[in-house]
Amino acid sequence: MDQFILQILNGLDKGSAYALIALGLTLIFGTLGVVNFAHGALFMLGAFVAVTVNKLLTISKKVVDETRTDFLGNPLQVDVPYIYDIFGQTAGNAIIDWSVPIAILFAIPVMVAVGYVVERGLIKHFYKRPHADQILVTFGLAIVIQEIIKYFYGANPIPTPAPETFVGAFDFGVILGFEPNAISYPYWRLVYFFFSVFIIGGVFAFLQFTTFGMVVRAGMADRETVGILGIDIDKRFTIMFGIAAAVAGLAGVMYAPINSPNYQMGMDFLVLSFVVVVVGGMGSLPGAVAAGFLLGILESFASMSVVIDFLPGINQIIIYLVAIIILLTRPRGLMGRKGVMEE
Amino acid sequence: MLGLEKKDLRLLLIVIGLTLLAPFILNPFPEGSEMAQFNAGYPDLMQRFVIFGILAIGFNILFGLTGYLSFGHAAFLGVGSYAAVWMFKLLSMNVLPAIILSVIIAGIFSLLIGFVSLRRSGIYFSILTLAFAQMSFALAYSVLTPITGGETGLQLALDDPRIFGASQTASGNIPVPALFGLEMRSSYEMAIGSWLFTFNVGYYLSALFLILSFYLAIRIFRSPFGMMLRAIKSNQTRMSYTGLNPRPYTLAAFVISGMYAGLAGGLLASMDPLAGAERMQWTASGEIVLMTILGGAGTLIGPVLGAGMIKYFENIFSKINESILHGWFAFLPDGLENFVVAVIYPFIGKGWHLTLGIVFMLVVIFLPGGLVQGGQKIASAFRRKKPEDAKPNATEPAE
Repeated sequence: MDQFILQILNGLDKGSAYALIALGLTLIFGTLGVVNFAHGALFMLGAFVAVTVNKLLTISKKVVDETRTDFLGNPLQVDVPYIYDIFGQTAGNAIIDWSVPIAILFAIPVMVAVGYVVERGLIKHFYKRPHADQILVTFGLAIVIQEIIKYFYGANPIPTPAPETFVGAFDFGVILGFEPNAISYPYWRLVYFFFSVFIIGGVFAFLQFTTFGMVVRAGMADRETVGILGIDIDKRFTIMFGIAAAVAGLAGVMYAPINSPNYQMGMDFLVLSFVVVVVGGMGSLPGAVAAGFLLGILESFASMSVVIDFLPGINQIIIYLVAIIILLTRPRGLMGRKGVMEE
Repeated sequence: MLGLEKKDLRLLLIVIGLTLLAPFILNPFPEGSEMAQFNAGYPDLMQRFVIFGILAIGFNILFGLTGYLSFGHAAFLGVGSYAAVWMFKLLSMNVLPAIILSVIIAGIFSLLIGFVSLRRSGIYFSILTLAFAQMSFALAYSVLTPITGGETGLQLALDDPRIFGASQTASGNIPVPALFGLEMRSSYEMAIGSWLFTFNVGYYLSALFLILSFYLAIRIFRSPFGMMLRAIKSNQTRMSYTGLNPRPYTLAAFVISGMYAGLAGGLLASMDPLAGAERMQWTASGEIVLMTILGGAGTLIGPVLGAGMIKYFENIFSKINESILHGWFAFLPDGLENFVVAVIYPFIGKGWHLTLGIVFMLVVIFLPGGLVQGGQKIASAFRRKKPEDAKPNATEPAE
């Protein structure tokens, strides 16, 4: 039983990453009708915003510390981050420690801007082209973004720690009456899960309860009529692209402490999140979220040793297997809207 | 001749000429000169040119004609490689049975995957093929280790049975792949002045297969079957209204292109008898897509050019480092030299993928017909310009 709960928890945090990326993908697909293969690269870009903020905060100057000496007997040179000068040592340390959450504040404007530029500069010209062309050009864009990051940050993963408070694991089992350490769960993953729920809820609330969101939903349902009513739907869709990019970027920022970011991390997620979108149903936002969590949990269950003994290798392929079955039996995915990309 | 029209025959002859004379064409710079690093005429790379050319020709039969974008084509390449290496392990080191088996196995494999994937089209087809390829990759990496060698890859060993050949040579080494005694890796070197030309057995075998594949591709392009495939691309609904079922045609195209990939895989394994799972990864499939689009999907010669170009960049262009660049721009004043090198450096050498990505995007945006279309546009622009060469602006149209 404890194993069971543990796997559900494991699945939730994997699933929340899938769900966040898939949500952005679906948002772009549902509004602009564009299949965005560069979405994984946007996720990666978000993670590198976290890396950059961390690096910027720790830019240091050399200061000679008179009280200590190095092994040669000379006065020791100590790296002192500039941020100490501004906020003092304690506050400075706290700020550096919390660099990943702070990066969120920077990631939102950066990613919205990136999304805006990409949409206006490139994607705009591809609305009327076939889906294959959209896939190809965004695939090329993904390569370009990756290589730019690789040029500036190198090919190796860059560790980006989470705040000290969240180091360690949360003993979840004790609450439910299990033995101590039966179900322990890293704090940061818990944070990731709640963060993604918060973001997903935010996006849905934005679409559901604001006038802007209402117009966007109307545009998703019937673009032409909205245009006839005198609303410049293209402008709003561009902003939606920016928001989708920001969602992917935020998923990336928060993911940086879980897996040290490197320039290829986006591609691995892209393939999986496409599968998630297709399983959830093209153009359906709840479908994408549900399928993200569902597949994350399924993947965790498949990696239980009982299951692996019974069906070796199933943990590696379960997601693809589910996708193939769903695609063949339910052409629209779990919750696909009628008429969106049915063939 | 050979059932080809005049134009196609000329194209075939050009390809034959280029492949047979490749050792000369690819080594235009004398040994030891500064430009010798641009020579691509060494066996390893020449083999890659033609083998990936075959792969791209096969992919083009599917994507260029029917418009079905498969993102999992590398799986067939991987399966072909495994099949060939297993033949080397079990039967003999002769490459012929290995290549034949790899084509057959890849054909069966693509029949299975195609039968399922082709129930859907468009983006769903791409995702399905991607899912199948990733599944094959994951399985080859983990559970199927007894068959695929897992992470280390499938390699020959001294105690392999090899029923029709020796397990090991007289000197106690693993035998090398050969075609009736002609070793794949053996080559004849010809020195003319300071030029060195290498004629490699493996290369010429692969070149022979490339020419055969190319001929077959021309015949498919010009046949009624090819016409059916084009009909699927332009309007599948209309095709079904005329009473034709598109499925058998797409499946046939899928299997044919899978067999091409298997042939390429078998050849790769024949040149270097090992096979690894990373050949099936989706990045490898993406590379095939890049090659075909870059050269020109739907054209005959385009994919081969695209494959050659990417392999050339990957192996030659990527070697240029900062000091070589400084050498080139040494004639500039110091500050300017550093500036120029700093501007150019991110795009070449280790960063060649960036150039590739940019070129690829430009091709997709402006030249949907690939570099071949670009060449045709330039050619036609010149042809039109010639009578009235008073016009100063010789710029080509952007779209």
